[in-house]
Amino acid sequence: MSRVFRGAVTVAGLIVLWQVIVLVSGAPPYLLPGPIETFTALVTRSGLIAGHALVTLSEILGGLVLGTLLGAGSAVVIAMFRPARRWLLPILVTSQAIPVFAIAPLLVLWLGYGMASKIGMATLIIYFPVASSFLDGLRRTETRWIDLAHTMTGGPRARPFAVLRHVRLPAALPAFASGLRVAAAVAPIGAVVGEWVGSGAGLGYLMLRANARVQTDLMFAALLALAALAVALYFLVDFALRKAIPWQPDTLPDLDP
Amino acid sequence: MTEPEPGGNAGGATTVVVEKLSLTLGDLPLFDGLSTVFPAGQTTCLLGPSGVGKSTLLRAMAGLIAPTNGRIVGGDGRGLAGRVAYMDQSDLLLPWLSARDNVGLGARLRGEPTDATAAHRLLALVGLRGHETKRPAALSGGMRQRVALARTLMEDRAVVLMDEPFSAVDALTRFRLQDLASTVLRGRTVVLVTHDPQEALRLGHQLFVLSGSPAQIEKSGVPDLPPPRQPTFGDFPARYQDLMDQLAVGDAGAP
Repeated sequence: MSRVFRGAVTVAGLIVLWQVIVLVSGAPPYLLPGPIETFTALVTRSGLIAGHALVTLSEILGGLVLGTLLGAGSAVVIAMFRPARRWLLPILVTSQAIPVFAIAPLLVLWLGYGMASKIGMATLIIYFPVASSFLDGLRRTETRWIDLAHTMTGGPRARPFAVLRHVRLPAALPAFASGLRVAAAVAPIGAVVGEWVGSGAGLGYLMLRANARVQTDLMFAALLALAALAVALYFLVDFALRKAIPWQPDTLPDLDP
Repeated sequence: MTEPEPGGNAGGATTVVVEKLSLTLGDLPLFDGLSTVFPAGQTTCLLGPSGVGKSTLLRAMAGLIAPTNGRIVGGDGRGLAGRVAYMDQSDLLLPWLSARDNVGLGARLRGEPTDATAAHRLLALVGLRGHETKRPAALSGGMRQRVALARTLMEDRAVVLMDEPFSAVDALTRFRLQDLASTVLRGRTVVLVTHDPQEALRLGHQLFVLSGSPAQIEKSGVPDLPPPRQPTFGDFPARYQDLMDQLAVGDAGAP
């Protein structure tokens, strides 16, 4: 049975379940709209939803790029320089003790109501998984590969950056990919939380506004669009990573989504 | 017509001199004032019980461990850095590189242009023509070890250090790889760590048996013929018995 077929069955099953819950509970549409109301809202307000979705998507992608660059950069610096290991690593770890959501109002205060504060939020939330998994990969390089490289360069202190480029970095790519997958999954959270705290556009903003006006069907439609966006982004990133790291063996092939 | 060295120019074989080497690993004094000479252009096999320090001695020669005292130098008195090639019991091929690129890894690391022609020639020499662009995952264990051998030859170093290079492959492949290695490494100073007395007797111009703590080196006799030798030929069986006896004495305390 193909993956697409299984996916379609799952989605259809969930929609049926949703409709059954609506019928059994007898909840009014302003509390729990059914699939039909939601899809109707999705179609009739598609222009509105698409416009806001584009804003959220831009924020997610911006955060993904920035967070990945900063996270990967930090990991390399920490891996390569001993003082950076001693000073930056504790900061990196404790930075995660601060709840990112608590900083959201500050980000809006400092970066404004527009996209910058949302990109900042997504960047913050992505930074740690990318940095920590890439760093993990960089420090767990097979020691005998490193030994071999050192006999080739003429000693442990010779050409550390060549060893980084040709051995450590490629060896750490599978770990980096794990971090990037997590990042792709959490990036939408960052963007939407940013929008909730204060914004004039984006799916998070649209959901808040629809909620306030008891347009629950529109709120559900926006939520659906956001979920579709997040899932598509995850699978796209996962697909690209698999293509980019073909030598990484998958010992649990049935986990393929 | 004179036959060129199969593995290319050995870059002038050199003696390897171990001078008053002392080395402590953790709390364990592996060597204390050990001195010995590995003759130029010959294969010396290191045998001895597990944990006696064979691999540690090899790693010290490769410059991967700094000795506590003493030094390991070439016949000219200079250090060995940049003059050794190292081959491990696992192939240590990088899984993201093709066979050819693995062979050329040393040049990449040193920032030199990679010589694709030489890489192809050496892969052909070890019997892997047509497999140049395959990744290690697409090759069998024996083929991967051949790539590792080609990579070692590509380094074109005067001294070749091998740590149980053929222990992870099946018996027949091991036998063929021994013949191959013996041929292509001719003329280089080879130090080969092995657990296999037969391998040592097939390949070694001389055998060093390590025993004790701190370890001492005792030489053992080799069969008359030049390597690679056939195990049933001439005085090979007699030498094999001698070597087994010698190893048993060195291993007396072990269970």
